[in-house]
Amino acid sequence: MTTNNIAIQAVELTKRFGEFTAVDGISFEVKKGEIFGFLGANGAGKTTAMRMLCGLSMPTSGKAAVAGFDVFKQTEQIKRSIGYMSQKFSLYEDLTVKENIRFYAGIYGKSDAFIKEKTAFLLKELHLEGETNKLVRSLPLGWKQKLAFSVAIFHEPEIVFLDEPTGGVDPVTRREFWNMIYQAAESGITIFVTTHYMDEAEYCNRVSIMVDGRIDALDTPAQLKKTFEVNSMDEVFLKLARKAKRSTD
Amino acid sequence: MVSVKVNNLTKHYGKKKELTQALSGVSFNVAPGELFGIIGPDGAGKTSLFRILTTLLLPDGGSASVDGLDVVKDFKAIRHRVGYMPGRFSLYQDLTIEENLEFFATIFNTSIEENYDLIKDIYSQIEPFRTRKAGKLSGGMKQKLALSCALIHKPSVLFLDEPTTGVDAVSRKEFWEMLRNLKKQGITILVSTPYMDEASMCDRVALIQNGAILSVDSPEGVIAAFKQPLVAVKDANMLPLLNHLHHFEGTQDAYPFGEYHHVVLKDGYAAADVSNYLQHQHAQAEVQSIKADIEDCFIALMKQSG
Repeated sequence: MTTNNIAIQAVELTKRFGEFTAVDGISFEVKKGEIFGFLGANGAGKTTAMRMLCGLSMPTSGKAAVAGFDVFKQTEQIKRSIGYMSQKFSLYEDLTVKENIRFYAGIYGKSDAFIKEKTAFLLKELHLEGETNKLVRSLPLGWKQKLAFSVAIFHEPEIVFLDEPTGGVDPVTRREFWNMIYQAAESGITIFVTTHYMDEAEYCNRVSIMVDGRIDALDTPAQLKKTFEVNSMDEVFLKLARKAKRSTD
Repeated sequence: MVSVKVNNLTKHYGKKKELTQALSGVSFNVAPGELFGIIGPDGAGKTSLFRILTTLLLPDGGSASVDGLDVVKDFKAIRHRVGYMPGRFSLYQDLTIEENLEFFATIFNTSIEENYDLIKDIYSQIEPFRTRKAGKLSGGMKQKLALSCALIHKPSVLFLDEPTTGVDAVSRKEFWEMLRNLKKQGITILVSTPYMDEASMCDRVALIQNGAILSVDSPEGVIAAFKQPLVAVKDANMLPLLNHLHHFEGTQDAYPFGEYHHVVLKDGYAAADVSNYLQHQHAQAEVQSIKADIEDCFIALMKQSG
């Protein structure tokens, strides 16, 4: 399906809930292999937009294609082409490390041989060989998040959506996590990530900032700072988000 | 005078095989009227500590007092004097804003009118919606209501467990402004957060990781204790730059830090040495000597403690 180097394309994508316009005609493109930061204040419409792109919520109007598939008609194909991980939910706490991997890979229809080989490789990469049969519940948060990310890209999706993947994670592990993001991007996976840490916005190739359902800015971090004549992404964010009229959530 | 005294506090959960040591010998003091930050990642032990200090959890070892009262023996007296805002929203979702506030005031034998001055700045922002059910409020409004409820009985010590987690940068700034204002009323405030950048808003901070305190000091003091030379480096292509920095003989540690990489240097090395080292492969690199940030300190302390 995908004929060019565009991973995500949205044109005037809109979602209304009754009178309320959660996402108000957003248009943007994400290139293949890009690390795309999707920022915005609470209540700006990020989650709603992300749900539409993941094929979980039907848009009210506009157009969007994810991995070349239409968000209106081809949601099943989209789900097969993407990975997803959030801070709030990622792995089953009462399954072991190995069982979680087996479960997710099974859902995506991967063969036993593929799962076996890749599990061994992954556990070695994460230095989790000794914890294979431990319940995920007993792992430290940082390990859990790193494992959750590996599981989200286990089926080699074209795009992975990361919803605040590093919230509450210690500063050392947070950096190790971003190292994994870079590696995934280098292997060709497109990264779509939300975060409240403004230093992490700097690690993205391009960043969009949503305000009241619209994308008010979209550029490289360096260019955004130039445009808004400030020294940090923190200040860019504050300048834009302070304009918001919606009550913050 | 000491408002909160914590002495060698320990707490664990679970049995032998799956034992979690939540707190392993935590000690610090908080002075009256201080705005004291407990800063550390999830799983560091912040919530266990707060639950012990608010008498909702018994410690395994050590001792702690609030307002001179023992957290085990005098738990009833402490409950009258402290305000507690847990990390998870725990007001009554099917009561309105006003009903929630009245409920908490009544429990503590007071009324909204009696202590209105204390909550005025915060409560007035949500008062226009006082007939709305708490379950229907936005995150920011819930937070303001929860803070009002924790304050309505005029506590001498206020415990706020991760009030800014998952909150965007703008709302976080506003919340800290509210806390600075509350501090002026003389209330002792203990607030926990996983955001390192919030340390600068506190009078003093305890950095905590894996149930142990890494450092207790003023934010300036924490930074002053960072003795190694530190430089920030930037170039067009950041990934190979980090690799090269790791291979420099003078590098003790190097890691991404927003738009720069931070390089902690071994004693005797300076920014000029880094520039010299980079001059072939990264001729355009910008190298400057900088002062440490709380996050640099936290990383260094984490690595020291293994």
